[in-house]
Amino acid sequence: MIGIIDYGVGNLFSLKSSFLSLGEEVFVSGKKEELRKTEGLILPGVGAFADAAKKLRDSGLDEFVREYVKSGRPLMGICLGMQLLFEKSYEYGEHEGLSLLKGQVIPMEGNISEELKIPHIGWNSLNFIKDGCPLFKDTKEGDFVYFVHSYFAVDNTDSLVCNTEYGIPMTAAVNKDNIYGCQFHPEKSGKVGLAILKSFADLCK
Amino acid sequence: MITKRIIPCLDVKNGRVVKGVNFEGLSDVSSPVELGKYYSNCGADELVFYDITASAEGRALFTDILKEVAKTIFIPLTVGGGINTIDDFDRVLKCGADKVSVNSGAIRNPELIREAAQKYGNQCVVISADVKRVDGVFRVFAKGGRENTGMEAISWIKSCVEKGAGEVVLNSIDTDGVKNGFDLEMLEAVCNAVNVPVIASGGAGCAEDFLTLFNTLPKVDAGLAASIFHFGEVKIPKLKKFLRENNINVRL
Repeated sequence: MIGIIDYGVGNLFSLKSSFLSLGEEVFVSGKKEELRKTEGLILPGVGAFADAAKKLRDSGLDEFVREYVKSGRPLMGICLGMQLLFEKSYEYGEHEGLSLLKGQVIPMEGNISEELKIPHIGWNSLNFIKDGCPLFKDTKEGDFVYFVHSYFAVDNTDSLVCNTEYGIPMTAAVNKDNIYGCQFHPEKSGKVGLAILKSFADLCK
Repeated sequence: MITKRIIPCLDVKNGRVVKGVNFEGLSDVSSPVELGKYYSNCGADELVFYDITASAEGRALFTDILKEVAKTIFIPLTVGGGINTIDDFDRVLKCGADKVSVNSGAIRNPELIREAAQKYGNQCVVISADVKRVDGVFRVFAKGGRENTGMEAISWIKSCVEKGAGEVVLNSIDTDGVKNGFDLEMLEAVCNAVNVPVIASGGAGCAEDFLTLFNTLPKVDAGLAASIFHFGEVKIPKLKKFLRENNINVRL
């Protein structure tokens, strides 16, 4: 059973539906006692970093996620959920993340060419830096996935798995031990995305 | 590199796709779920569902159908038609829409864009504008293109982006249905005024029109069309292959 953490940020309908369409057992919950029983966890999220980090802290889900990860079971952050895995974000100020991965999150504004539109919205290709990440066992170099974001992770060479090119190489996915993260939305990335979610589900078995 | 997007638009009335067409292998040509699946498998980069229902019952049917679509199709879904309040945003987002397109609703109440962008993020709010030349000036039209609002279009669109719209769909009434190519002049004026994605709509008649669009206006992010896709005059897999062969970056 996979648990999708509901902490009041974002729309979880498609994420849940995508696992169901793969025939995987999944549920959405914000309750620790329910999430504790799972074989794998998804940390979703859209919106502002500070707001999401606060909601995680206020509900005690930040501590819960840290402990969950120590048990060795897989955790995957998606979009803002991936950004929350890092130490810090500079989205409107400076905010603490979960510090499960080394690195920080910075704005595109001022760090990429002014010609480029922000947010980075649309289908972009994956360029692998590291081979062998089980999340991408059925993903090929150059496969397209769907992105929507205005901030990106840096200083994360120890966990970086693949980049995408948007003026500069930008973190697309990360992995360290049982912690996984995707900046893009696998639940909106067609067959390529479903294969990634399937690989995550396999990791949970 | 980020790709140019090809987007089919489906008009839905009382839960059924209008202009139902004959696609091979489709058992029900006016089922939004079946057609959505078909387009998703064809390589459409995104789907736009436009609710043209007027009644409350029709609205309810639409959200039911939207849920069904979002349960089976895993590419971005944009929903428009009858979006007048934050509750309308909420209603369609809960059913699995990723973006919400506002048109007349934003003309009646421009603050709707600001409110929605603050609540759901800019990426979620699409301003869809029907624009027509009147005495040489681009004017915004309301009510499905029937009513001239008198507003100058470029400054109107710019103000919507300043309020938080994260994407612009520009539908040229002048070229719509003519099938002689997109309205490059109008699109260029919009591209020069805003720095969010611009989606071209109205006028595509063949694959070359998309190539001309992306070659002439590199700042245009996507091409949207309805009947030429529905009637099979332009087939999406062929179109994307053609664009790729001509050095336009598309997802294949």
